[in-house]
Amino acid sequence: MSEAGGIFFHLGASHHTAPLALREKLALTPEKTAALGARIGAAGEMREWAVLSTCNRVEFYGVAGSPAAIDHLQAEFCALLECSPADFAGAARRTFGLEALRHLLVVAAGLDSQMLGETEIFGQMKDAYAGALHRGTAGPVLNRAFQKTFQAAKFVRTHTAITEGQVSVASVAVDLALKIFGGLRAVRVLLLGAGEIGEKTARAFRSRGAEALTVASRRLEHAMELAQALAAAALPFEHAPGRLAEFDIVLCATSAPGVVLTHDAVAAAIRRRPARPLFFIDLALPRDVEPTVTRLPNVFLYNLDDLAKIADENRAARENEVTRAQALVTEKAGALWPRLEPLCDSKTVNGKRWSAAAHSAG
Amino acid sequence: MLSNLLSILTDRQWLWIAAGFYLAGFALGTLALLRERRHSRLLMYILIASGYGLQNAGLWLRGQTEHGCPLGNQFEIFQFTAWSATTLFLVIGATFRVSLLGYFTSALMAALTVVSLAIPAWDSTHRANVFGGNPWLELHAALALFSYGVFALLALTSLLFLLRNYSLKNKRLGGWFSFLPSIIELDQISLRLLAAGVVLLTASLAVGSVWWLRDPPGSVHMVAVTIAVWLAYALALGLRLRGALIAQRFAWACTVLFVAALVSLDTVDHGSHPAPAARAISNQP
Repeated sequence: MSEAGGIFFHLGASHHTAPLALREKLALTPEKTAALGARIGAAGEMREWAVLSTCNRVEFYGVAGSPAAIDHLQAEFCALLECSPADFAGAARRTFGLEALRHLLVVAAGLDSQMLGETEIFGQMKDAYAGALHRGTAGPVLNRAFQKTFQAAKFVRTHTAITEGQVSVASVAVDLALKIFGGLRAVRVLLLGAGEIGEKTARAFRSRGAEALTVASRRLEHAMELAQALAAAALPFEHAPGRLAEFDIVLCATSAPGVVLTHDAVAAAIRRRPARPLFFIDLALPRDVEPTVTRLPNVFLYNLDDLAKIADENRAARENEVTRAQALVTEKAGALWPRLEPLCDSKTVNGKRWSAAAHSAG
Repeated sequence: MLSNLLSILTDRQWLWIAAGFYLAGFALGTLALLRERRHSRLLMYILIASGYGLQNAGLWLRGQTEHGCPLGNQFEIFQFTAWSATTLFLVIGATFRVSLLGYFTSALMAALTVVSLAIPAWDSTHRANVFGGNPWLELHAALALFSYGVFALLALTSLLFLLRNYSLKNKRLGGWFSFLPSIIELDQISLRLLAAGVVLLTASLAVGSVWWLRDPPGSVHMVAVTIAVWLAYALALGLRLRGALIAQRFAWACTVLFVAALVSLDTVDHGSHPAPAARAISNQP
């Protein structure tokens, strides 16, 4: 697409600069992205472009024929989303050339994410690139930039510990279950309580392969409602303690004022299935499971504090890797830019250095 | 041709080099753990497989000299047990890909082979014609020691289980604890190994009992110890299948039983006949 060259740029706002209320306004649906494409296309100076829209950021990457083309993109974007141009301008950041490329790599590697090192952004960036290919707005610069970015992000992930260890309570719970059961396909999960944290954790188990899920809540209609949403079975709450032996993992997230699962109930359950471990994840406050159950063989219990502590430790371990990961990204961007720059032809625009021209215009 | 090629070194020299490869595997794993990184599974497998190949060379040369399975003294029994466990690891390691099992295997193999090589007294005497040309007796001994190899690997998976259980119960999951396999995986492999070991030892005793009936062994102790080891493992298997011996108790039982079985090898060796004669080992060190 890009035949006449131009500047490689990044324009966007993220959780670093834009509050949630503004980010909500900036979210781009596929329909709106298509509409934006129609508006930008008319101007003709945007040689290549792709947009990355997630709950934490909306960012454009592309090749513009002139600084005015980026202004035009920004104006059309604000008009389409009925967002105040001043609000967007206050939160938006623009970078050019090598700096823009480095930002692309930093985002892809999860180094700019709210949850440091998360890998979902990588898939979202692949979607952004696929969208650009589909619209026909990716040309030689973006093709090479994205493809090399994906390689570099994978390199950073495998050569640092930036993605190691889970950093959310639900994911930590799933990881612990894997350390006990190896896989989740054959395990039976019981969710006690139909609250938000329980649902979130149950969804994490479901997304990682758990197939047999049962929900029990003190109000059966709540249990049935959640069970339907999770494609799970429902169980009357009062039956749960007596049927513990049928499950491998019990997610406890009730709002009961006292202990729901006593030492004796758990001991009776493990006696009926002594060779198979029983894993309790107690997410409730006050706690649902009597702490003494950990003395029983093949019984494992983790409460909310335990999970939060592991998540914090993992987060700290990831933060320790940031400097090394940033250095790798800088190295990769530095190696890629000399191959991208000739395609952009971005050294000068109207006799001025491009970045200077862009800044003075922007 | 092969014999000439292998004769460039003595059997003990081949076995020392094999021990060196097991030690290298142990060093590789230890360094990786100290750096809290995973060691290369392929490299570990190659090191152990190389050690195994060289150990085969040494044992083959020894077997050529003795015209049979080299099980004539404590040194050979330890070497053969290590060889059996490695044989099994090379199959299990490739099939189940149990994390850290290679490291623990290399550690145990290094210990068994280096200790047996480093104690000259274990190889200074040797029973000539230990099986009296009786192939059934040779089969009995080989099966029994192969079962000890299986129990050695069982002790390793049990040790891994104990570490994993400790890490989960005490919420110590970071560092090298994160490389341990899952509880279920270790428990299932341990159960299979125990069953395989008991079947092999039962077959060995069945073959041996035919010979004992014809020609009673010189030492009742040897028979008693062998049957005691078999009974202990069979009991552990029965209790495990009934759910009466589970989790860390099962793992402890398998670990302690292996140590006891290893110690009992001395009784079995000295109870065998004919009595050992001084051996002029030309192939020292």
